[in-house]
Amino acid sequence: MAEVFKKNKLFAVYTALVIVLVLIAIFAPYLAPQDPYDGNMRNVLQPPTPEHFLGTDKLGRDTFSRIICGTQVSLFMTICVVILLALVGGLVGILSGYFGGKVEMILMRVADMMLAFPGVVLAIAIAGILGGSIANTILALLAVGWAKYARLVRSLVIKLRYNDFIIAAQVNGTKTINILWRHVLPNILPMVVITGAMDIGTMMMEIAGLSFLGFGAQPPTPEWGLMLNEGRQYIQTAPWLMIYPGVAIFIVVAIFNLWGDSLRDVLDPRHE
Amino acid sequence: MKKISNRLAQMFVTLIGVSFITFCLAYLAPGDPVAMLLESADTIVSEEVLEKTRKELGLDKPFIVQYGNWLAGVVQGDMGMSYSAKKPVVEKLSEGFAGTLLLAFVTIIFVLIISLPLGIWSAVRQNEWPDYVVRFLAFIGVSMPSFWLGLILLYIFGLKLGWFPIASSTVTAKGIVLPALTLAIYQSTKYVRQVRTVILDELHQDYVTGARARGLSESAILWKHVLPNAVLPLITLLGMSIGWLLGGVAVIEIVFSWPGIGNMAVRAIMMRDYPLIEGFVLWIAIVYMAINFLVDLSYTWLDPKLRKGEQR
Repeated sequence: MAEVFKKNKLFAVYTALVIVLVLIAIFAPYLAPQDPYDGNMRNVLQPPTPEHFLGTDKLGRDTFSRIICGTQVSLFMTICVVILLALVGGLVGILSGYFGGKVEMILMRVADMMLAFPGVVLAIAIAGILGGSIANTILALLAVGWAKYARLVRSLVIKLRYNDFIIAAQVNGTKTINILWRHVLPNILPMVVITGAMDIGTMMMEIAGLSFLGFGAQPPTPEWGLMLNEGRQYIQTAPWLMIYPGVAIFIVVAIFNLWGDSLRDVLDPRHE
Repeated sequence: MKKISNRLAQMFVTLIGVSFITFCLAYLAPGDPVAMLLESADTIVSEEVLEKTRKELGLDKPFIVQYGNWLAGVVQGDMGMSYSAKKPVVEKLSEGFAGTLLLAFVTIIFVLIISLPLGIWSAVRQNEWPDYVVRFLAFIGVSMPSFWLGLILLYIFGLKLGWFPIASSTVTAKGIVLPALTLAIYQSTKYVRQVRTVILDELHQDYVTGARARGLSESAILWKHVLPNAVLPLITLLGMSIGWLLGGVAVIEIVFSWPGIGNMAVRAIMMRDYPLIEGFVLWIAIVYMAINFLVDLSYTWLDPKLRKGEQR
C-alpha cells in the first residue's frame, strides 16, 4: 500500500483528502460548533459574524454547523447508494454472465429497458411518489442505476467465462460458488471499484438534486440540497444560505471526482 | 429493415415496461389521490363522496383492470384527466412540453457556441495553456450541481445586476437566457471534454499525417479534413443531450420558475396527480427513445460505410 502511494503522489494526496472528509463526516457532531437542529429565534437570518461565521438560517440555526453535519448525511447516503449499486448490479451481472440462458435474457432485457430511459426522470418519479425520505432516495437511485453495473459486470464475466483457469477449475470439480467467489470475483472487482468510485460525485449531486426538489431528505435534516432549497427563498435577504451549502457540495464532489480519476489510473494502468 | 422493426419492437416493450412500473408505484404509493383531490379546498369530505368519486374515476377496480383501461385510452390518444388541473393530461403535457422544447432548443445553440470552439481549441493546443485552462474549467463545471450554478447566476445577473428577470412564469425572450445558459454551461463541461477527445482522435489518424506531409496548412487540415470526420461522433453526443434536456431538467425549471414539463411534473408529484405523472413518464420515454432512434438512423445515413454494411 505504501508503495502505491509513493508511486502515485497525486493519488496519495487525494486519498488523504477523502480520509479527511470521512473523518469530518464521522465526527461531525463533535466538530460542529453549535447544535445543527437548535434554532434561536432571536438570531434569525443573521449575516456571517464571528459567532456564526457562515450566518444563520430562517430558524436561527448556525449554517456552518449544519454544513458540517450535512457531510455526514451526504456521505452516508452516497456511500449507501454506491455500495448497493455495486452489490445488486454485480450480483445480477455475475449470475446472468456466468449462467446465461433464459434468466440472463430476462434480466438483460430489463436492464436495457432501464438504460433506454432517462434515469433522473424515473428517480424523481419513484422518490416523489414513494414520498421524500432518505431511504426512498436511496431506493430510487438504486432502482435507476443498477442496470449500468449489471451490464458492466456481465460483459466482464462473459470475457472471463471461457478462460483456461475457469475451465480448469470446473474440470477439477470446484463448486460453482467457489469458482465465482475465488476466480470470477477477484477479476472483476477492480473495474467495479473504479466505476463505483467515479460515480460517487455524480450520485452525491443527484441526491442533493432530489433533496432540492423536496423528494429527498426532509426538514429539519441538515442536508445540503435541502438547505439550498430552503435558502433559495431568501436569495435576496440572506444569500449566504444559498452560497455555502453549494460550496460544500462543490468541494466534496470535486475531491471525490479527483480521487476517482486517480484511483482509475492506479488500478487500471491500460487506461492512459 | 429488419433491424428497424426489431428496434421498434424493443421500444414498444420498454414503453409498456416503464409505464407499468410507474403505474405500480402510483398504485402502491401512500396517500389517497381522491382525498387529495377533493380536500384541496380545506374541506373535509364524507366517505360516501370519496367512494362515489373513486367509482367515477375507475379507482375502485382491480389494479390490472385500471392499467388495462389506461393503456387502452393511451392508444387512442387519451391519457385521462389531470386531477389537479381538471384538464386532459394530453393538454397539460403539450403545454409544458412547448416550454421545455423552446428551452432545449436555445440551450443546444448555447452549448454549440460554448463547447465547439473551446473543445477544438483545447485539442489543437494540446498540453499547452489553452488546453489546461479549458480542462480546468471543465473540471470545475463537472463538480458543480447544476441547480446551484443556476442559483448563482440568478443571484448575480438577476438580482445584483438586474439584467434578467428573477422568475419567468411566462415565456419571454429575456427569461429564457439564464435557464438556457445554466443548462448550457452544465452540458458544456461534459461536451468540451468529448469534443476535445474526438478531435484529438482524428488528429492522430494517418490521413492527418499524410496531409501534413503533403504540406497542407494546419488550418486547412482542421477545417477540411478533421472537422467533417468528427461530425459523426458529435451527433451522437448532441442526440443524447437533447434527450436529456427534454426529460431531465426539472431542477433548473424549478429554480427559474420556467413553465416547462419538468416543473409541471414536480408539481404533479407533489399534488399526487397520478394520471399526469403517468402521462409524463410515458411521454418522456417516447421522446427519449424516438431521439435515440433518430440519432442511430442519422448515423447510418451519414456514414457510407454503415450504409453499405446494412445492404450486405
